[in-house]
Amino acid sequence: MEYLLIILSAIFVNNIVLAQFLGVCPFLGVSSKLSTATGMSGAVCFVITLATVVTYLINKFFLVPLGLVYLQTIAFILVIAALVQIVEIVLKKISPSLYRALGIFLPLITTNCAVLGVAINVVSKEFSFAGGAAHFLNLGEATVYALATSLGYGLAMVLFAGLRERLALNEVPASFKGLPIALITVGIMAMAFMGFSGIV
Amino acid sequence: MSKLQILTKGLLKENPTFVLVLGMCPTLATTTSAMNGLEMGLATMFVLILSNIVISLIAPVVPDKVHIPVYIVVIASFVTLLQLLMQAYVPDVYETLGLFIPLIVVNCIVLGRAEAFASKNSVVDSALDGIGIGIGFTLSLTVIGIVREILGSGSLFGWKFIAGDGILAFVMAPGAFIVLGYLMVLFNKLAGKQ
Repeated sequence: MEYLLIILSAIFVNNIVLAQFLGVCPFLGVSSKLSTATGMSGAVCFVITLATVVTYLINKFFLVPLGLVYLQTIAFILVIAALVQIVEIVLKKISPSLYRALGIFLPLITTNCAVLGVAINVVSKEFSFAGGAAHFLNLGEATVYALATSLGYGLAMVLFAGLRERLALNEVPASFKGLPIALITVGIMAMAFMGFSGIV
Repeated sequence: MSKLQILTKGLLKENPTFVLVLGMCPTLATTTSAMNGLEMGLATMFVLILSNIVISLIAPVVPDKVHIPVYIVVIASFVTLLQLLMQAYVPDVYETLGLFIPLIVVNCIVLGRAEAFASKNSVVDSALDGIGIGIGFTLSLTVIGIVREILGSGSLFGWKFIAGDGILAFVMAPGAFIVLGYLMVLFNKLAGKQ
């Protein structure tokens, strides 16, 4: 039940883009076509989950026992950058087709603030679901939270890409063309997602 | 480019928020009030100036293959410094801005200026560039914050001029996107791009 609440809350209620404002740059950048949007969401999903697990373990067994928590930011960004590189190399060897699909998006992910944001959030914020007591997540919950959050990212991205493909065909006043109308559309989407806020 | 041009281009011509559209996450997330926007802008400016200075100094000796990781470490060090300073001197500001202070590391403006400007220019020019872009970013964030605060809570820099609540949606997530969208339209119109 607890896991179900985490999943619902991370995907709909606290959607990473529409409620937490993480990963907005790639969200706006690669969402003009549905196919690139799905590719990017796939890559983000993979990296966020992996990075959260690795940084969680590093924080728990390395930074905290040694009293080095103040190095968290530096340590995490280095781990994420290294991880993205490793994922790229491994994918190239193991699954060339997946590599071709995600390839160009992988290097971009290092500077996607969603990855670092989720990693930092998981180790430093206390969560409470459905009125339960606030607590730090354990490894299992952290993994589920990261996976669900990135699915929420994918959902928002794919929905938005669909809307943008339709927008491109419409006539928009000149000053609204491009990003402004896209931002206003996201605003309306965010308003729709606010409707979920009572569930969990 | 003259020194004055470097300093002022961040205001209009290369405004990081409205023209370059970089660093969207803190722009949207921290502008719930004018003060928060201003503080976030200043925090980013701090990192931007220092990292620009250091990167312009070390750029000639950094091997090309590893320059991005090196730049990120430089930026992350300054962000850590900023975190410690803020925790010590302005703990409540640190508390309000929360996650978005460590996230300055992955703010594309900082890395973008390092890559596009500081690595190719002199120390003085890079410092001026940091100040200029920083001011541009701070001003944009403050303007967004002012609009959202007026509409959302009926106040300005904490000074309340309407009794009761404002339009709550403007303080929450949807308002951030919508206000930024409309301000961008206004900016396009005024800058005469259309």
